[in-house]
Amino acid sequence: MTSLPTTSGTKKLGLVIDLDICVGCHACAVNCKEWNTSGHSAPLTDLDPYGKDVDGVWFNRVHSFEAGDHECGRTVHFPRSCLHCETPDCVTVCPTGASYKRAEDGIVLVNPDTCIGCKLCSWACPYGAREFDETDGVMKKCTLCIDRIYNETMEEVDRVPACVSTCPVSARHFGDLGDPESDVSKLVAAREGYDLMPELGYKPTNKYLPPRMPKRQSAPALMPSEEVAAKGFLAWLDRMLSR
Amino acid sequence: MHPAVSIIFFTTASGAGYGLLVLLGWGVLVGHLGTQVGFGICAFGLALGLVGAGLLSSLGHLGHPERAWRALTQWRSSWLSREGVSAILTFLPALFLAWSWVVVGSVSSAAAALTILGAIVTTICTAMIYASLKPIRAWRNPWTVPIYLVLGLYTGALLTALLLHVYGMRGPFIGFMIAITGLAGAALKIGYWLFLDRGVAASTPESATGLGAIGKVRMLDPPHTESNYLLKEMGYRVARKHAKRLRLIVLALGFGMPILLTFLAHGVGPAMAIVLSLAAAVLGGLGVVVERWLFFAEARHTVTLYYGASHA
Repeated sequence: MTSLPTTSGTKKLGLVIDLDICVGCHACAVNCKEWNTSGHSAPLTDLDPYGKDVDGVWFNRVHSFEAGDHECGRTVHFPRSCLHCETPDCVTVCPTGASYKRAEDGIVLVNPDTCIGCKLCSWACPYGAREFDETDGVMKKCTLCIDRIYNETMEEVDRVPACVSTCPVSARHFGDLGDPESDVSKLVAAREGYDLMPELGYKPTNKYLPPRMPKRQSAPALMPSEEVAAKGFLAWLDRMLSR
Repeated sequence: MHPAVSIIFFTTASGAGYGLLVLLGWGVLVGHLGTQVGFGICAFGLALGLVGAGLLSSLGHLGHPERAWRALTQWRSSWLSREGVSAILTFLPALFLAWSWVVVGSVSSAAAALTILGAIVTTICTAMIYASLKPIRAWRNPWTVPIYLVLGLYTGALLTALLLHVYGMRGPFIGFMIAITGLAGAALKIGYWLFLDRGVAASTPESATGLGAIGKVRMLDPPHTESNYLLKEMGYRVARKHAKRLRLIVLALGFGMPILLTFLAHGVGPAMAIVLSLAAAVLGGLGVVVERWLFFAEARHTVTLYYGASHA
């Protein structure tokens, strides 16, 4: 059923991504591909993998942006994946019921057995979270590693999404964002985590933590300029030497 | 957005087919058309053929066409599903109307009214598939639905005029219909293009990344060196100069010429009138195909904001 669940519980599983410490190593994207190509939505098909026009399905893509200018400018590495929105149009536009949001934990999934491959859900997602698998003829997307997080054959410490388990700098956190007392919710509150494109009203579950801003009061950690205004004797000397 | 041939053909062909059905139903209701058997066979054959071919074409772009029946199940939430249900339901009164016209020789007003209703509802559903997509400003706006309706009626009217000339049933009504829907269509398209050119989407690279507090956001490195599904499907770009020229082609050849040819056809002999109204129908149809191609090619999706687009 592609109507959104009306009896959804309070549990909202999702990710918190810390843009302050992401180093843009792409390990999360690679481990996502590695796990999921044999996981719930397997395979993540690659087309022409060793040829000229490499293409393939990935659930996680790491962009790099520049924000701001001069001393205040930052390079920000920006992992982008499904945000498991509270009101996702990718679910409601689906004509077959293949695209659905789970009432029990809010995870958005695609049933590969009923998807007709019309691609409308990928048009309805503003974030580009869905990628069509030409070989399978169905849409694929992040499953929040549903085959890891509930997997009782794994050690409890490993029951997190592959992207979270592999991040070398702990820039990715997984938990219940519907519980205000959870570690992820406290982190979002403390660091003023935010939604992407809130103006579209999809209410993403995943949150992003902003880069910490440099302290403006202290002197910038830069080489001093040669054009320092001199005072007193040095100013007189400067005038003399400038004649 | 990538202009897929199957979807462009589907929306234009089924739009013309439903426009033709509306006019046939209208003709029955006001009693203008009579029940000439040859005309009925040709008109309903053409209308239902265009609708059917369009629907089959729309299945062509599916990854799993054999599962298409599943698309009839989610009409509570999905405009695509509603379109499928409405299209199939519309076949019932339309086929009954065609049967009562061609076989029985006595047409049913109820079937005509239901055919008109079904054709209009289906066209609205088609337009709403696009008009409901928030990430695409070029589609989610008040212009989309009226344009689909008016252009469907316009191309349907051009086909009706051609058939009327072929069967020697010319009259002033259809000429006025073509002029009114053609001028309305051209006006709507000009209004839509002004809307498109004079604004940008609410979403920006700053809101897409949430980094606006730091300053202007620019792409430094893309996430991958080769293209991918997102860029192929949603990163389509048409050169501005080409778009401008194609818009003029739509206005001049798609609307201007067919209206002119329609009026010329009224003052000439039957054979020449058929030639002129055929030319009008072909030009109008091609004009709407170009219009629909632009509808996709000029549409920008918010995902491009992550790939270096400065606005969506």
